[in-house]
Amino acid sequence: MNKIIVFFFSISVFSACAPDKPKNAEEFPTPEQQKTALKEAITNPTKGLGAVKNVTLHHPIEQDRVTRGLAIYEMKCSACHKLTDQRIVGPGWQGVTKKRAPEWIMNMITNTDVMLEKDPEAQKLLELCLMRMPNQNMAIGDARDVLEFMRKNDGEK
Amino acid sequence: MNMKTNIRILFGLIVFVALSTFLYNCKPKGPKAAVEGGAAEKVYVAPGKYDEFYNFVSGGFNGQMSVYGLPSGRLLKIIPVFSVFPENGYGYTEETKDMLKTSRGYIPWDDLHHVELSETDGVHDGRWAFANGNNTPRVARINLKTFRTDEIIELPNSGGNHSSPFITENTEYVIAGTRFSIPMGDNRDVPISSFKKNFKGTVSFIKVDPQSGRMSIDFQLRTPGFNFDLSHSGKGPSHDWFFFSCYNTEQAYTLLEVNASQKDKDYIMAVNWKKCAEYVKQGKGIKVKSNYTHNTFDEKSSTATSTLEKEVIQLDPAELKDVVYFIPCPKSPHGCDVDPTGEYIVGSGKLAALIPVFSFTKFQKAIADKAFEGEFAGMPVIKYEAALHGEVKRPGLGPLHTEFDEKGNAYTSMFISSEIVKWNVKTLEVLDRVPTYYSIGHLSIPGGDTKKPWGKYVVAYNKITKDRYLPTGPELAQSAQLYDISGDKMQLLLDFPTVGEPHYAQSIPANMIAPNSMKIYKIEENTNPYVSKGEGKTKVERKGNQVHVYMTAIRSHLTPDNIEGIRMGDEVYFHLTNLEQDWDVPHGFAIRGAANAEMLVLPGETQTLKWKPTEVGIVPFYCTDFCSALHQEMSGYVRVSPVGSNVPIKFGTGVVEDTDTKEAH
Repeated sequence: MNKIIVFFFSISVFSACAPDKPKNAEEFPTPEQQKTALKEAITNPTKGLGAVKNVTLHHPIEQDRVTRGLAIYEMKCSACHKLTDQRIVGPGWQGVTKKRAPEWIMNMITNTDVMLEKDPEAQKLLELCLMRMPNQNMAIGDARDVLEFMRKNDGEK
Repeated sequence: MNMKTNIRILFGLIVFVALSTFLYNCKPKGPKAAVEGGAAEKVYVAPGKYDEFYNFVSGGFNGQMSVYGLPSGRLLKIIPVFSVFPENGYGYTEETKDMLKTSRGYIPWDDLHHVELSETDGVHDGRWAFANGNNTPRVARINLKTFRTDEIIELPNSGGNHSSPFITENTEYVIAGTRFSIPMGDNRDVPISSFKKNFKGTVSFIKVDPQSGRMSIDFQLRTPGFNFDLSHSGKGPSHDWFFFSCYNTEQAYTLLEVNASQKDKDYIMAVNWKKCAEYVKQGKGIKVKSNYTHNTFDEKSSTATSTLEKEVIQLDPAELKDVVYFIPCPKSPHGCDVDPTGEYIVGSGKLAALIPVFSFTKFQKAIADKAFEGEFAGMPVIKYEAALHGEVKRPGLGPLHTEFDEKGNAYTSMFISSEIVKWNVKTLEVLDRVPTYYSIGHLSIPGGDTKKPWGKYVVAYNKITKDRYLPTGPELAQSAQLYDISGDKMQLLLDFPTVGEPHYAQSIPANMIAPNSMKIYKIEENTNPYVSKGEGKTKVERKGNQVHVYMTAIRSHLTPDNIEGIRMGDEVYFHLTNLEQDWDVPHGFAIRGAANAEMLVLPGETQTLKWKPTEVGIVPFYCTDFCSALHQEMSGYVRVSPVGSNVPIKFGTGVVEDTDTKEAH
């Protein structure tokens, strides 16, 4: 009898002639990929995720970078970030270079979407601001200039 | 009965029920067309997956070009070309208004019939799409990086631009043949009945700059007063030639339905464009005063500029003798198509019971042998048989248009008998036919008019829809149908509705366009004179009764969002810069009572909407494109005061100074 039930079952599966197309594996991140990303985030919590691995800061600060960074700030950032600690759309920038690693800041600027999806610190900010920081199409060099401007804003000489 | 028998009966019953369910479920359902097995799988593009081809489709009377994915038939975009598009402000914003300027003033509509993709060495190169405006004669060039109309050139001395915008093998020229012949020159106030004496046609040869794509009218060819319908350039051996179908060689001017269908044969006009270009260089052209506009769109400033041109050069083929030849072609031909080898020219006579196929080699020999049957308006008419390769006998009724696959086959649309007929170009043997629903006009095979057809599919653009979709009142969407042509037999795969009224369309493999598709305009490179590169640059400036608001948008606020000091009688220009630099984050702008449209501003660009206040009071404005969780908050107020008011100009965002509480204390 059991055999008959199995046979019946297999026929009814066969009779569903338009089954859903099996989902293609490469459309979604594999569990492996997700695990690796998470691991990376946990083992390296302060530097964030992205191409920026190590930043060397110079003293005194580099004035030409500050000038360029200010211009970029005015064009691409000032609409949402004030130079005080006041949060408007995004957090105010005062003190940001004391709170975050330079690598984290630059990864947040240049690899925004990945950071918002995978970096726990960035995700906390998203929960706070309820606004995804836009990808402002910044090159790594631009982000370095902005970082220097942030250092200046934080009173470094 | 014992247990075993019972089980056997039960077993048999189960198998019967299961199998019959299976068979019943898999029987094709719905519209009468026999859709064979596997059709669904062939057009299924899974969520998140891309189509294999871009299909650029003319919008006909909507004046736009639409972009579909094949094989899914999904509508991806409508590109505004010759008609205003309130959806994004095309033709309404100060920056785009000039795209629709003509020598007759601002014309907000046209009838876009044919799409032609740019070619290099006879093969699609994915750079530009050209389109014709049939009503107020114009040709447009669309940039396939931005999917925007970059250029529109008007055609003087043309009664309507139908036979257009077909191109030569290296996009050296885009051509534009007049649909209606009209009197030209100084004496145009003539009786309509003087058609034969006074009415003339022209064919314009528009030169295309190989780097920038910029168009300029190199010369116009004067032609007898015919109607030019369609055309195609030669390729390979016939590279130097262009072939045009003509109807109304009767030169009728009333009840054309009857009077332009008298002759058994009209003509294919063969033009040696290479020789024409040489004659122009040698100074054999005649300078003719003609006003026409040339409108170009600058990518860096997102701004159109319209220039009025004053002169064209014309060639008279009756005097030059060796640049134009007529080949008789039965009867009122529409399609005039050249096969991938460049040897065979197919005329599709709407009223003919056969399809004539001409041989380029024989045509050349006929010229050398002077195998002429006479002259028309001073130009030689070749003997029909002298140029004929052969005829496709009894192909169907009402052949309209032919395209080709990569295996030496031709596919002709049959309007009257509603079918596609597949035939072999060399043997002229009919190989297969499939019905279309209903009354097919043009058809399109990916690369089907080039040296290198990609084949695989043919799309039928049908003129009548009737019962193909759920009814939507008296007016219905147009119906396109996709057929698989990879096998010996054509197979209907899919119906999909289209917008406007598609005429011709072309398809190109997605990987020739998609990698180059632009994502944002770089704000650093924005050269619009009214750009605000950052919130700190926003301002409100009064110049007499004009007020210029330099405004920025970013998720999710507009700066300034409080504006005072506007007075009745002012003209207010909102110059909105989108500060976003991320793909797919446009911001929109609308203000209550705007008499034009909204505008959509793409990341990094600046667009301007003009607004005239109509009453004293507070007028809200807002972002129209849902951009974030706080999109609904993305809004602001303009205060409108009476004429002569001394309320000063004042503006800002995020400045809270509650005057009502101040006044109370």
